[in-house]
Amino acid sequence: MKIHIPTPLRQYAGKNSTVEVKGGTVAEALANLTAQYGDLRRHLYTDDGKLRAFVNVYLNDEDIRYLQKENTPTKEGDSLSIVPSIAGGL
Amino acid sequence: MLKIPDSIFQEIRRHGEETYPLECCGVLLGEVDLDVNERRVSLAIRCGNMRTDSAHNRYLIDDKELLAAQKTARERGEDIVGFYHSHPDHPAQWSQTDFAEAHWIGCSYVITAVAKGKAEITNSFLLDGSTEEDKKFVDEKIEVLR
Ligand SMILES: [Zn+2]
Repeated sequence: MKIHIPTPLRQYAGKNSTVEVKGGTVAEALANLTAQYGDLRRHLYTDDGKLRAFVNVYLNDEDIRYLQKENTPTKEGDSLSIVPSIAGGL
Repeated sequence: MLKIPDSIFQEIRRHGEETYPLECCGVLLGEVDLDVNERRVSLAIRCGNMRTDSAHNRYLIDDKELLAAQKTARERGEDIVGFYHSHPDHPAQWSQTDFAEAHWIGCSYVITAVAKGKAEITNSFLLDGSTEEDKKFVDEKIEVLR
């Protein structure tokens, strides 16, 4: 399956905008991604190993928070998108 | 440096006037040249402000619209290079909220001050650094291409 990497994280993913990985769940796919590109880990996870709150992960077009989070099953041909949030104000 | 065609520059300023007294927001697509630290905008995508609870002083881009923008960028062979929002009746300077909620390191955050419904100054800030812990906003020159 494919993982789409957002602009700011590409430098930690060999400058790729898309990385091909294997994995039967979202967690496995992300673990395989960070096994390939270790520098990505601290950008995606907090020190205690949780996905950072502002990091949204989509399986195809669905936010994994509304599926089974990181335990969501994945299959060949799926795509995961990592999309940090955009917010602010005055 | 942020290079932006005049038509797009005017469009994002107009967006802020249209949503006044609420904040507008959107995504900027284009290309990044890391060698010269330059972002060149080719398209602005208007997004809805999801902070309907406090839209006069907060904005949040709908994640789905962001996902769609990322897909559009991919199809165009481009990248997301930045974001824009407006500050109704407030200077065009980044706020602590803007800083805390900024996570796209290497991207431009463009802010337009809109006073009494009229777009005034537009400034750009590059989110510089390498991690969430050492990130910082740096003033960035905007070159409007006419
Ligand atoms: Zn702001």
